[in-house]
Order: sequence, then C-alpha cells, then structure tokens
Amino acid sequence: MKALVIGGGLVGAACADALARHSALNGQRVRVTVLEPGPVGGGATAAGMGHLVVMDDSPAQLALTARSLHLWEALAPALPRQADYHGCGTLWVASDDGELAAVEPKRRAYLAAGREATWLDAAELARAEPNLRPGLAGALRVPGDSVVYAPVVAQFLLERAGAAVRRGAVTELRDGGVRLASGETLRADLVVVANGIGAVSLLPDLPLRQRKGHLLITERGPVHVRHQLVELGYLKSAHGGDEDSVAFNVQPRPTGQLLIGSSRQFEQPDREIDWLLLRRMLRRAAEFLPALEQIAALRIWTGQRCATPDHLPLIGPHPELDGVFLATGHEGLGITTALGTAELLSAQVFGTPSGLLQYDFTPARFDRVPEPAHA
Amino acid sequence: MTAEWEAVVVGAGPAGLMAALTAAQGGLRVLLLDAQPAAGGQIWRGAAAGQRGKAGELLRGVASHAGITVLSGAEVIAAEAGGQSHTLTVSAEAGLSHIHAARVILATGATERFLPFDGWTLPGVVGAGGLQAMSKGGLDLRGVRVVVAGSGPLLLAVAAGLRQKGARVLAVAEQAGLPGVAAFGVAAARLPGKAREALELAAGLRGIPYWTDAALVRANGDGQLQSVTLRRGRREITLACDFLAVGFGLVPETRVAALLGCPVTDAGAVNVNAWQATGVSGIYAAGEVCGIGGVDGALLEGLVAGCAASGQIERLHDSPRRAETQRRFQATLERSFALRPDRLPSPSPATIVCRCEDVRHGQLQGFTNWTAAKLQTRCGMGACQGRVCGPACQTLYGWRFGGVRAPLAPLPLSQLLAEPNTLSPP
Ligand SMILES: Cc1cc2nc3c(=O)[nH]c(=O)nc-3n(C[C@H](O)[C@H](O)[C@H](O)COP(=O)(O)OP(=O)(O)OC[C@H]3O[C@@H](n4cnc5c(N)ncnc54)[C@H](O)[C@@H]3O)c2cc1C
Ligand SMILES: Cc1cc2nc3c(=O)[nH]c(=O)nc-3n(C[C@H](O)[C@H](O)[C@H](O)COP(=O)(O)OP(=O)(O)OC[C@H]3O[C@@H](n4cnc5c(N)ncnc54)[C@H](O)[C@@H]3O)c2cc1C
Repeated sequence: MKALVIGGGLVGAACADALARHSALNGQRVRVTVLEPGPVGGGATAAGMGHLVVMDDSPAQLALTARSLHLWEALAPALPRQADYHGCGTLWVASDDGELAAVEPKRRAYLAAGREATWLDAAELARAEPNLRPGLAGALRVPGDSVVYAPVVAQFLLERAGAAVRRGAVTELRDGGVRLASGETLRADLVVVANGIGAVSLLPDLPLRQRKGHLLITERGPVHVRHQLVELGYLKSAHGGDEDSVAFNVQPRPTGQLLIGSSRQFEQPDREIDWLLLRRMLRRAAEFLPALEQIAALRIWTGQRCATPDHLPLIGPHPELDGVFLATGHEGLGITTALGTAELLSAQVFGTPSGLLQYDFTPARFDRVPEPAHA
Repeated sequence: MTAEWEAVVVGAGPAGLMAALTAAQGGLRVLLLDAQPAAGGQIWRGAAAGQRGKAGELLRGVASHAGITVLSGAEVIAAEAGGQSHTLTVSAEAGLSHIHAARVILATGATERFLPFDGWTLPGVVGAGGLQAMSKGGLDLRGVRVVVAGSGPLLLAVAAGLRQKGARVLAVAEQAGLPGVAAFGVAAARLPGKAREALELAAGLRGIPYWTDAALVRANGDGQLQSVTLRRGRREITLACDFLAVGFGLVPETRVAALLGCPVTDAGAVNVNAWQATGVSGIYAAGEVCGIGGVDGALLEGLVAGCAASGQIERLHDSPRRAETQRRFQATLERSFALRPDRLPSPSPATIVCRCEDVRHGQLQGFTNWTAAKLQTRCGMGACQGRVCGPACQTLYGWRFGGVRAPLAPLPLSQLLAEPNTLSPP
C-alpha cells in the first residue's frame, strides 16, 4: 500500500508514524511519503505552545485529549532530549467563588476519563505557586498534563516511521493521487490531508477558519513557575465567543523561561503583532502573576490555529473523494491531539479498534447535523 | 493611520547624522533615533559637538537645527511597513512609543562578525571593536598583552588604538593574503584626503607584527585565556596573552530593514538604488547597512538619502562621480578581505556555535538551512536572537539568516504593560 501524507507538521508526522507502525504490526506493507514544502514542523507546530492538556468542553474533546495524553505518556521515554518533554502538570486557577463552583464537575469529568485531578484550596495553591497573586480562590491540579517542544517530535516521528519526506507543495487532489507545484503527479492508495490551514486551498468547501494567536517568551529569569498555569474560564468564558479574546495561560520552559499566552482572533490572516491585544493579553497574565512586571521579553510571535465550527478536528474519510482522509482543524489543541488523531485515523483506514471511534470526528458530520448555534 | 512624522532616521552614526541634517535642510520635520546614549555611531562614539572636524561639525549642525528632534537611548524594537505611513515601535527609558512616519531612513550601520573556534568562549576572548570600546570606556590596558586576529581593516584601527592606550599588541593576524591587503592599502590611500590618515595609522602600528595569510586555530586556557595558537603556512605559533581581540569583518545591521520587508543582497546588505531608496516605497537606507565601505561612503550615502527623501535632487549633481569612487573602494575592500575557508578557524564538533542556547558545531552540520536548524536545535532562539550565531552560521554553513522577529532587543514587560507614549512632532 502506498500512502501520501500532505503536510509535515506534528499531525502529519503522527499520522505517518501510525500508518508505518500499523504495517510493522500487521505485516501489511505501507510505504509512507510525506509532502512538505517547508521545514518539518515549521507551520502551526512551531508557533504553538506545546501544552499537552486534557480539556473537557465536550465529551468528544475530553475523550480525544485524554486518550492523547495516554499516548504521549507511552511515547515519552522514546523522545530525544531536545523534545524537552516535561511533565509539569496543569493548574486550572479559579479567581473567585463563582469560578470555584466549576471545579468539582471538572474534577469528576477528568476522573471519569481516567485522568488524575486534585483540588487545591487557596493556601495550597499559594504554596504550590508562590508567584501567583494572593487572594485566588483555588485550583484544579491535573498532574498528568505535560509540555513538549513539538518541531523536534515531528522530526522524530517521521524518522521513526521511516517516511520519505519530499519537498514540495500539493496543488491539487486527484483521483488516486496528488499533483505537486512542480507539475508532477504522484499516485497512492491513500492520501491524508494533514496540512493544517493549507487544506482550504485544496478543499475550499471545508468549514475551516484561521484563528490567530500571540505568544511571548521571556528571558531566563528570576520568576519561577512550576506548573502550566491556566485560568479556569479559559475556553468557555475567555475564548468562547467570536470576538477578539485573551486569557491567562503561562508555561514554564525547561530553560527557565516563561512562555506567555494567549489570544484568539478570527479573520486576521497576517502575522503582525497587534500591540493593543498583546497588551490586553499581558495585563491579564500580570493580574495573576504580578512578578511578570520585572522580566523582559525575548521574542513575540503570532501563529494561526485552524478552527472548525464545533472546535473539534476533522478526522476521517472525505465525504466524496475516494481514498482521501482528512486530519486537520485542530485549533488550539493539535499538539496534544496529534497522537489521538493518528490512532483514530489508522483505525478508520485499517478497521482496527479504537475507543475514539464512538465519537463523530468525521468531516461528514457537518453535512448531517446543522451547525451548532454559538453561545 | 496618518503619518505623524515627515521623516524618521534610525541610527545616529555618520550616515544617519548626515541624512537627518540634509533632510531637515530640505524642509522635512525629522526625528533622529539612536539606541546609544549619545549620537555618533561606532566611529564617533563619545564624540562631542564642541570638537573640531567632521564629527563635531555634524553633531553641532544636527543639535542646532530646529527641524530635527534627537532621541538618544531609543531603540527601534519593531517595525511595520504601511503604504503611506510606516510604524516604528521604539523602546526608551520613558517607555514604548509607536511612531508613524511617511519616510524612514535606515542608517543602522554594521556589527562585527564573530566566528566560533575552539576556546572562543573563554574569558579573555573579546570582540576587537568591543575591546576598543572598553578601552575608550576606561578599561586600563597598560602593559596588557593582546593578540588581534581575524580579518579586515578594523583590526589595524583597533591595534593602533589599543597600543596608544598602553597595551602590548603582540601581533595582528589577518586571514587575507598579502596581495589583497596591499591592493586595499593602495585604494585607501588614493581616496581623497585619505593618504594622511593612512600614514598616521601606519605610524601608530609601527613595530606591531602584521601577519597576513594567518589562520586563527584556537584559544588555550583553563577557565581563562592563557594563549592563542595561530597558523602561518604550515607552522603553528602559540602566543601567551591576556586578551584575544577577534573580528572577522563587519555585517550590515539589517534587522529593522528585514522587519520592514526591504530586500537584501546576497552579501546581506540592504539593496538600494542610486537614490538610496530600498525596494519598499518611502524607505531609504544609507551607510554600512547598505554594505561595508567606511565613514566617507556612509556620509555620502547619508547626503544622498537625505536629498532624495526631501526632494533636493539639484544638490546631487556631483554625487554620481563620488559615489562611483566609493563603490570602487568598497569593491576593493570586499575583494581584499574576502573570507577564505582554508584560512578560517575550523571548530571541532564539540565547540559551541550558539552561546545563548549551547548549540554545538556537531549538532548543526547536518542541516541544509537556518530555519530547519533553528527549529530542531534551538540555535538562535536565545537572548541574542541569532545576532551572533546567525552571521556565523552563514559563513560556516552557507545558510541565509532569517526569521527576524520583534522585539529586536530584550524588552521589559513593564513597557508592554504600560500605555504607550505619544511622541509627536513639536
Ligand atoms: C499561538 C498558538 C498556540 C498553540 N498552543 C497549543 C498548545 O499549547 N497545545 C496544543 O496542543 N496545541 C496548541 N496549538 C495548536 C497547534 O499548534 C496546532 O493545532 C498544530 O500544530 C496543528 O498541527 P498540523 O500538523 O495540523 O499543522 P501545521 O503544523 O501547520 O502543519 C501543516 C504543514 O503543512 C504544510 N503545508 C501547507 N500547505 C501544504 C501543501 N499544499 N502541500 C504540502 N504541505 C503543505 C505546511 O508547510 C505545514 O508544515 C497552538 C496554536 C497556536 C497558533
Ligand atoms: C564595533 C565597530 C568598531 C568600529 N571602529 C572603527 C574605527 O575605529 N575606525 C573606523 O574607521 N571605522 C570603525 N568602524 C567602522 C565605522 O563604524 C563605519 O565606517 C561607519 O561609522 C559607518 O557609519 P554608519 O552611520 O553607517 O553606522 P554606525 O556608525 O554603525 O551607526 C549606526 C547607528 O545605528 C544605531 N542603531 C542600530 N540599530 C538600531 C535600532 N534598532 N534602533 C536604534 N538605533 C539603532 C546604532 O546604535 C549606531 O549608533 C567600526 C565599526 C564597528 C561595527
């Protein structure tokens, strides 16, 4: 069997790896070629934060992220040191009693998904993270969450898969293959569209939108943080709507630097810094971590998330094109969910079992159900 | 966004001072910015408006012209080109400002190129220009043993300056060959007004061995520089010393230009036409950011850029001839001191190339371009953001340095958290 994976980001690399491993386990030879015009992991994969995080905004999201974290734990020992895999855990920080009310249902949902989660009261939170401002209500601690430097993982998975990486952009999907920018056509039994937002140039009808984000990395500094710190209202209240939004989200890097997010903006396809929004984002962060005032920024950048209307990725067969599968639309979770995505894709292609098959991630869901109304 | 300033000049070295004064004489309201605490640039660092000669004359002219606002200690940390109005984000002690300008003249000069060699991270190994600046800043070098090595005429200026401050300069080791260096000497002495300067420099260097065709092999020492090993022909020579002052020529400082989208040449300089206009409308460049050519070229280009930006074309009648002389000099300079791979240090695999992130030569050798190497090894992701290792990788591996991002220098978050200042024309 010949498989072509379009896109050498983490999602494409994970899919290539899963396809190659299936062939190793089942004796069915799958030859995988990855098509990538740029450096491996140079797209959203390089722009993202690399927080491996369980999220519970929908049952499907919880299942996909929880399964993915499990797969990351299994992969971790094999990763090269430069992947900077670091099991720091997440603290979901509650500012007030109102937010506190959301902690217990969240904790139960995590436990039900097989992920450990414990409640920290205000005093325990202050001990765990002395740099947080006093007066916070508490936090949910999810110790199994991690952080990783994704471009190195993408390269590692491609090497492990023994995948051939061909430089070049795909310009067209054809029956039984693809056409490259060079004019050449390549034939394959299976084509996986894993080129992130680039998928819309091949399949313009896909329900994908760009959602821009800003990140800032600090110098190695005197301000230390142990966990990835995220405000409890992160997705629902902070990034729930369509308007520009910011939320507190800070990650400790193994180098002693802090990576600060996050912002979300629809329909801003440029890469320029929006200074006003950046200031809002940093002020939100400094509300929680006042000591940020004392350190300096080394680099500020933006990246584009690739979002679907229901904030779940598109994983599965294209409704019309034979032999074409999609693996895109991961919005702000594609580093985390790349591994779950690859497992599910492989199950769909080869008919192998996966607990994720019971949720509908297929692109066809948007043809069947009306678009969910937005809160 | 409407343009607030008619012209902003970035960099107050010879090129920027000349450009600002010329543009103001042409009737523009000019803002002249420099990151350093005082105007003057590299060569006129510490110069005062009261002094005689070109530096004093220009500094006085700029300070007394009502159309010029000078802002020192102000660094451009981000820039964005727009159609009618360009935006420069400036960090100063007072905080951050977003400055809008119809015309921008980039006069950001050049920085030294450092190449990694075994032992280059030992204390005592310093940049040639850096040691010069330290001695101007008061470092006592009397009786201190210094070896100067690398390439380019700057090594000679530095050696003469250090000696004048009492240092014992043991040798100047130049990688270029004698024929090239001689051709440069002739060309330099032929420039109008330069013969005397050349003689003075020669006098300042008398008695210091100047070794051409000499390769820097390694710096030796245990936690501190003790000696330097050089190769001349097949012979290796080790000189005990206190400082090794190194520099392998200059690299145009094109980072602001890169953020604005100005095209650069293969040699890494901003591409300009005969009027010093870059490929981006309303943006001009002058001085060593457009190629290494010394102070006279910088002054001439500053004049042309200032005239072009303010529409004083009539003042430029004899500039094409002078520009041609400068261009020839610049070409000779480039040819004479071209870096020769067999005369450059060859670091061992364990030698650090990126000091900020501890990335070693052996980790980088397999990559084909800067971006891929950076993504996989973190080379260039540290505090200096590739300022040092970017040009080094270009020489070592032939990669074009890319991916310049804001802020161009570490930026206190307190400045980003506060409301920006407005910096409007008076
Ligand atoms: C600011 C920000 C923060 C984020 N933080 C996190 C986080 O903390 N945790 C998390 O899990 N996720 C995070 N994400 C999301 C995550 O980065 C993405 O979901 C993930 O990287 C998607 O990977 P990908 O492989 O689908 O896409 P990409 O990495 O974009 O890869 C797509 C590749 O396809 C290539 N390509 C494009 N067009 C073509 C073509 N025509 N032919 C061939 N190749 C093509 C591109 O060059 C690119 O390399 C963040 C994203 C952003 C922007
Ligand atoms: C380290 C060093 C030492 C030198 N020593 C000598 C010497 O002894 N003798 C000699 O003949 N020549 C020397 N030169 C060469 C000399 O600098 C040039 O010939 C000439 O000064 C170039 O003038 P310029 O105006 O193009 O740039 P420069 O004089 O380099 O001026 C550029 C100015 O731009 C400013 N700048 C750059 N980026 C920014 C930013 N983002 N924001 C704000 N300001 C910015 C810098 O602070 C600097 O003041 C030296 C060069 C260097 C790099």
